[in-house]
Amino acid sequence: MNNAAKPVKLKDLTKTFTTATRGEVKAVQQVNIDIQPGEFFTLLGPSGCGKTTLLRMIAGFEMPTSGQILIQDQDVSSKTPDKRDIGMVFQNYALFPHLNVFNNIAYGLKLKKVPKDEIVKRVHIALNMVQMDDFAERVPSQMSGGQQQRVALARALVMEPSVLLFDEPLSNLDAKLRVHMRDEIRRIQKKIGITTVYVTHDQSEAMAVSDKVVILKDGIVQQVDTPQRVYQHPANEFVANFIGKANILDGKIVESTETRAKVEIRGVVFDVPVYKKRAKGTDVRVVVRPESVLVGKQGFTATVTKSVYMGTTQDYRLKFEAWDVEISDNNPTSKRVYDEGEEMAFSFDPDSIHVL
Amino acid sequence: MSIQETGVQSLKRNKFSEYFQQMRFTFRDPILLVSVLSVLIVVVMFILIPLFTILKESLFHQGKLSLYHYNEIIRLPYNLDVIWNTIKLGLSVSAVGTFIAFIFAYAITYLKIPSKRLFKILSVLPMISPPFVISLAAILLFGRSGLVTRTLLGIRTDIYGFWGLMLTQTLSFFPIGVLMLTNLLQNIDPSVEEASQALGASQWKVFTTVTLPLMIPGIANAALLIFIQSLADFGNAIVIGGNYTTMAVQIYQQGIGSYDMAGATALAVLLLLISMLGFILQHQVIGKKSYVTVTGKAAKDRVLIRNKKATIPVYTFCMAISILVMAMYALVPYGAFVRLWGVDYSLTWRWMKYVFTIGMPYIVDSTILSALSTPIAVILGLVSAFIIVRKTFPGKRLLESSILMAIALPGTVMGLGYVLTYNTPPLILTGGSVILVVALVIRSMPVGTRSAIAALKQIDPSIEEAATVCGASSNKVFTSVTIPLIKPVFFSSLAYAFIRGMTLVSTIIFLVSAKWQMLTVAIMNQVDQGLYGAANAYCLVLIGIVGLVMGAMSLILKKMSIDLGAGY
Ligand SMILES: Nc1ncnc2c1ncn2[C@@H]1O[C@H](COP(=O)(O)OP(=O)(O)OP(=O)(O)O)[C@@H](O)[C@H]1O
Ligand SMILES: [Mg+2]
Repeated sequence: MNNAAKPVKLKDLTKTFTTATRGEVKAVQQVNIDIQPGEFFTLLGPSGCGKTTLLRMIAGFEMPTSGQILIQDQDVSSKTPDKRDIGMVFQNYALFPHLNVFNNIAYGLKLKKVPKDEIVKRVHIALNMVQMDDFAERVPSQMSGGQQQRVALARALVMEPSVLLFDEPLSNLDAKLRVHMRDEIRRIQKKIGITTVYVTHDQSEAMAVSDKVVILKDGIVQQVDTPQRVYQHPANEFVANFIGKANILDGKIVESTETRAKVEIRGVVFDVPVYKKRAKGTDVRVVVRPESVLVGKQGFTATVTKSVYMGTTQDYRLKFEAWDVEISDNNPTSKRVYDEGEEMAFSFDPDSIHVL
Repeated sequence: MSIQETGVQSLKRNKFSEYFQQMRFTFRDPILLVSVLSVLIVVVMFILIPLFTILKESLFHQGKLSLYHYNEIIRLPYNLDVIWNTIKLGLSVSAVGTFIAFIFAYAITYLKIPSKRLFKILSVLPMISPPFVISLAAILLFGRSGLVTRTLLGIRTDIYGFWGLMLTQTLSFFPIGVLMLTNLLQNIDPSVEEASQALGASQWKVFTTVTLPLMIPGIANAALLIFIQSLADFGNAIVIGGNYTTMAVQIYQQGIGSYDMAGATALAVLLLLISMLGFILQHQVIGKKSYVTVTGKAAKDRVLIRNKKATIPVYTFCMAISILVMAMYALVPYGAFVRLWGVDYSLTWRWMKYVFTIGMPYIVDSTILSALSTPIAVILGLVSAFIIVRKTFPGKRLLESSILMAIALPGTVMGLGYVLTYNTPPLILTGGSVILVVALVIRSMPVGTRSAIAALKQIDPSIEEAATVCGASSNKVFTSVTIPLIKPVFFSSLAYAFIRGMTLVSTIIFLVSAKWQMLTVAIMNQVDQGLYGAANAYCLVLIGIVGLVMGAMSLILKKMSIDLGAGY
């Protein structure tokens, strides 16, 4: 099925809503994205950043104010959603309440006038794929949310679309099921290798499933990258803060080459990896993840203001000059635990410091 | 300054091109374009243009712009009487009708009493019966040769006039109020009232300090609705009004009786204005979002009131009215077999034979025309609701308000509008069957649109979008997803449109011709001539046809397990 996967290209895509109450709302601004065939591509961002709008433009439900959407290098602007060869899974499942599971999944195939025995075969393959083999006769109201969402997924998959779109498909499910279902979605997506655009505001979900993530804020692209790079090398403070926790501190470049730099942070100099050369004396902001703070290592000292045992980690908050430094100390059982009010010495792992 | 101006101008142009683009996007789909256009054309041609024609004609006299026709109204005391009659009647019927409706609704939702099913059925009955069954029965009971007045009491009083109209209109229109208020009362969360009780309020106090205040918007709404119905009522008013002429009747008598269409227009405009005022007020009341609708469906069942001080008087009251209404409904079929009401009560087949021979064309025409208009009205109703709820296109607001407004349009005004508009070139429709079908469609479609709008708003649009991404074209989405999802509304629209077609009298009385006749008009003519036996027989046949069709439909529906009452 991999041969069906197609690339999706968004060119200068912009959407402005004209509303009575809020005037012009720039929901999506000048978005340029290349999505590779078979890629699992996630749109991530806080509520109202334009994820749904972007997805619905790809689907063809919203008209772009300007810009182009290319699927397999073909501009689809003039096509209605039913002609775009897409599959879509909605947040609220959107199963047809008057049809049973079989007929829900068969709906699109019947429209295409696929022969009857082939419909039966394909529906059962789809049901098997989402592990719902025994549910063919059920109606939507007799199923749990997770089961309904599996059926919705099967309904989208059975059409073998060239692009699969998800709009927060898991946000109506409870936390445990959410984790399970996202792994299912990823497993199935990998198996059939379909180009997938996935919307979520949950960063751990995005990290877990995506080949690539785009982070949006107020309709503007902040960063497009793999999950690892987004986490380790956030493009700006917004991304750093949005993806996981981040300590953001001030620093100064002492000297720099193309690949490494000496950065002075509060009197301590670190030799850190960088991606471009900066002039000596430049003020910079640096990002240090809580788990990259080395507890007990000489460098800085500060007072512990909060100490919480989390099981796999011991989490601290320190009052360090004007900042609150968050620390996540791995595997605490074998280590010394600091109490609130104690002084702690700490430092950073130089290779994990990221200069913005 | 000039920079600013050009800025504004370019912004405007931008807006326009943006708008234009949006339209092109929406109408990528030719079927949608066709649907929007057809609904727009129907609304413009058969609602807006006729009204406009009336307004135009009312402002011209002998080819010149003038207020002559309005002056005539003020000049002739008779016309002022007619206006006052209409308003007085409307207010009285509205007050009494709302009161009865509230008691019925309260009894049905709050009290522990028997016969609730009867009360519920009774409250829908007048809506599905011809408009003058009640009037006819009132004449049979209290008329010059009435059962009560002449045969029992031996008096020769006259029911024709204000009191007769008051009685028949109240009995005809209070059920609409019952339906509406029952819905609202059911939506009051019982815990609000329980909270009041827990704070020490007696049941009476709960009623006066919580239930009643919560219901005030609903009661106002019901009162306005009944008021509008009374204004528009033609069937009862012409049959039982006697010398007490209302505007709806006067428009007809002046326009058709005295061939003075132009003279009728000014009165029609006035009636229209009063109705519209009622309609607008009503929508403002609804717009104020009564507290009741916010809470939605009641979370749990209400503990019914068993206090005998409340249940006994309320039950007696409801039962008395129910018996009256039932007696009236029973009288008409009985009267169909009575030789000469008031004089000779022996049984005869004469009237039934009469309607099935001489009256046959009326029966056939009425049934054919209603059957023709039903699917058209239903499809237009659903399609218009669909595009109003789900799509954006130019003129949408106008379309929506025109259709909803049409619910409140008095039938005689519409009739006058059609005659004025479509008996002159460029398009002559009067005399044929087309205009009759048009009238039947326009008189039933708006109610279908309204209930379909309400139903569609309950359905998540993503279900339809899901069908679209599965490859369904927009008409496929409509037929395979939208309609099945609002099936109850679909079928009740069918029933409503057919009943409405069979029972309509006000609009079509302007439009019937020698070629095409209608059953209701035949009944009216018989009553006019005092031939109650034939009138009763016609009524019986009419009820029979409606009953047959409804029966067939509910049989089909039972197989599909759908509740016919849902959606209305
Ligand atoms: N039809 C519309 N008319 C006007 N404004 C709209 C419309 N749809 C979306 N918006 C606005 O556009 C912006 C982006 O909305 P969008 O639904 O794409 O956000 P989102 O990222 O999906 O948010 P969420 O995570 O809450 O679903 C918001 O400010 C929203 O209010
Ligand atoms: Mg969204």
